[in-house]
Amino acid sequence: MKTDSQLKKVLNRGEFAVTAECGPPKGADPEAVRNKGRILKGYVDSVNVTDNQTGVVRLCSLAACALLKQEGLDPVLQMVTRDRNRIALQSDILGASALGIRNILCLSGDHQSFGNQPHSKGVFDIDSVQLVQAVRQMRDRGHIIGGDKLTEPPRLFIGAVANPFADPFKYRVARLATKVDAGAEFIQTQCIYNLNRFKEWMGLVKEYGLDNQVYILGGITPLKSARMAEYMAAQVAGMDIPVEIINRMKSVPAKEQRQEGIRIAVETIEALKEIEGVHGVHIMAIEWEDAVPQIVEEGKLFPRPEV
Amino acid sequence: MITAERKPLSEIKEMIAPYRKILVVGCGSCVAECASGGEKETGLLGSALRMDAKSSKKEIEVKEMTLDRQCVYEFINQLTDVIDQYDVVLSLGCGAGVQAVAGVFPKVHIVPALNTTFIGETKEAGLWVESCRACGDCKLGFFAAVCPVTRCAKGLFNGPCGGSRTDRCEVDPDVPCAWQLIVSRLEEMGRLDLLRKVHPPADWSKQQGKGPRKIHREDQST
Ligand code: SF4
Ligand code: SF4
Repeated sequence: MKTDSQLKKVLNRGEFAVTAECGPPKGADPEAVRNKGRILKGYVDSVNVTDNQTGVVRLCSLAACALLKQEGLDPVLQMVTRDRNRIALQSDILGASALGIRNILCLSGDHQSFGNQPHSKGVFDIDSVQLVQAVRQMRDRGHIIGGDKLTEPPRLFIGAVANPFADPFKYRVARLATKVDAGAEFIQTQCIYNLNRFKEWMGLVKEYGLDNQVYILGGITPLKSARMAEYMAAQVAGMDIPVEIINRMKSVPAKEQRQEGIRIAVETIEALKEIEGVHGVHIMAIEWEDAVPQIVEEGKLFPRPEV
Repeated sequence: MITAERKPLSEIKEMIAPYRKILVVGCGSCVAECASGGEKETGLLGSALRMDAKSSKKEIEVKEMTLDRQCVYEFINQLTDVIDQYDVVLSLGCGAGVQAVAGVFPKVHIVPALNTTFIGETKEAGLWVESCRACGDCKLGFFAAVCPVTRCAKGLFNGPCGGSRTDRCEVDPDVPCAWQLIVSRLEEMGRLDLLRKVHPPADWSKQQGKGPRKIHREDQST
């Protein structure tokens, strides 16, 4: 037994996993993190903590993970390669494991030009695939990049992301295969609104035989309003929101749009449960964590299994 | 080639303000090709400085000279006989040219007239684009001759980020996604197999060195 990640245990038991996202505050307030943790506790198997998402400075992912751990949750440390070189990344990986964090999600990160420090230097010393490979080597072979031995390897369940909706479409699955080759054990996808395209992608995933090699968690983001849907469709890189979804949001009065967004999320979860090779969902309710319990309950994913 | 853009006249004027006799030195190589520091641009800058001095009733003396290459001693040497007559040298060479001249004439104040920008190619008349960051370990052979270090905004070696849609880079929609180009070009060549391998972390010491890098070749030394 290499790790005691709750997420890993749930997935290994063949249960349909539920993770959610938690964005740390733009300040040093630990209560903000704890409160989010309390809302999610019991409704999810693990909680992802974003790493200065969209290049905006926030309380660090590692510290927020440690706070959530204290609250009794199983945190997933998101780590982007934008801000730290391989020395800092590997050092933080060891620190995370020492603090009892048992999951890591490796990403390249949003470009710094999108955030509130557009004049910063993007590091990108290594990329997300190389980060996956580095963590895997640290854990399984007990050495860091370059071969130096660790006195004690980190214990981490290793994840990466995939975007079934970005181009070049066909190559996207080959890219997933590269991440699996590098050592990814679970995959969280971009938010799914276009189920047809997602199914097409899953078909290719199966063709490559990847559904047996990696756990795939489908991304879910409840829409708050028709305006948010339109904004995301037009402005957020790599997002695919079909016009039917936007029209459906528009068809209800503004006051009821949140409920409609939740209904769409629940329907998507139900559809995902039926797709072979999908092992769970990752709910990203951006600054709307209180929506998660309702989605989990209505998606018939409550209570979470005790493992 | 090395590309550069001329600094605003106000910034140039500020640097040369304490001086009266100014030698404006252009370069006939890269910066001539990108129309920022060649003979023509050197002449234009000289005239601009004279006109400006005239209108502000300041007495200055400006002389223009353009060397074939400002980064090679044989050509810099052409300045030896004249440089002492001037108070300042305003160089339209790239950063390497400015420093090479300064290295030969340590007592003379040399100031740059250009902002050196990147290694790039001439795409069309009036358009230059960056294509190489001189990483010291060229991997173009794996990437269908599209540089991921330079042309992917995140410098990714193992495939595109999640943001590329309809072949544009998520960071700047005016720029094609380098990875879209790499994939489609390799596909055309029937060499998508090149993307199956995981590229290990790059050796940036070949780019950053221990301070400035150098190439020393015995067979070229005298
Ligand atoms: S791989 Fe390195 S040397 Fe080759 S084009 Fe890119 S930056 Fe230049
Ligand atoms: S969109 Fe393409 S070029 Fe831009 S950062 Fe992503 S992979 Fe690189």
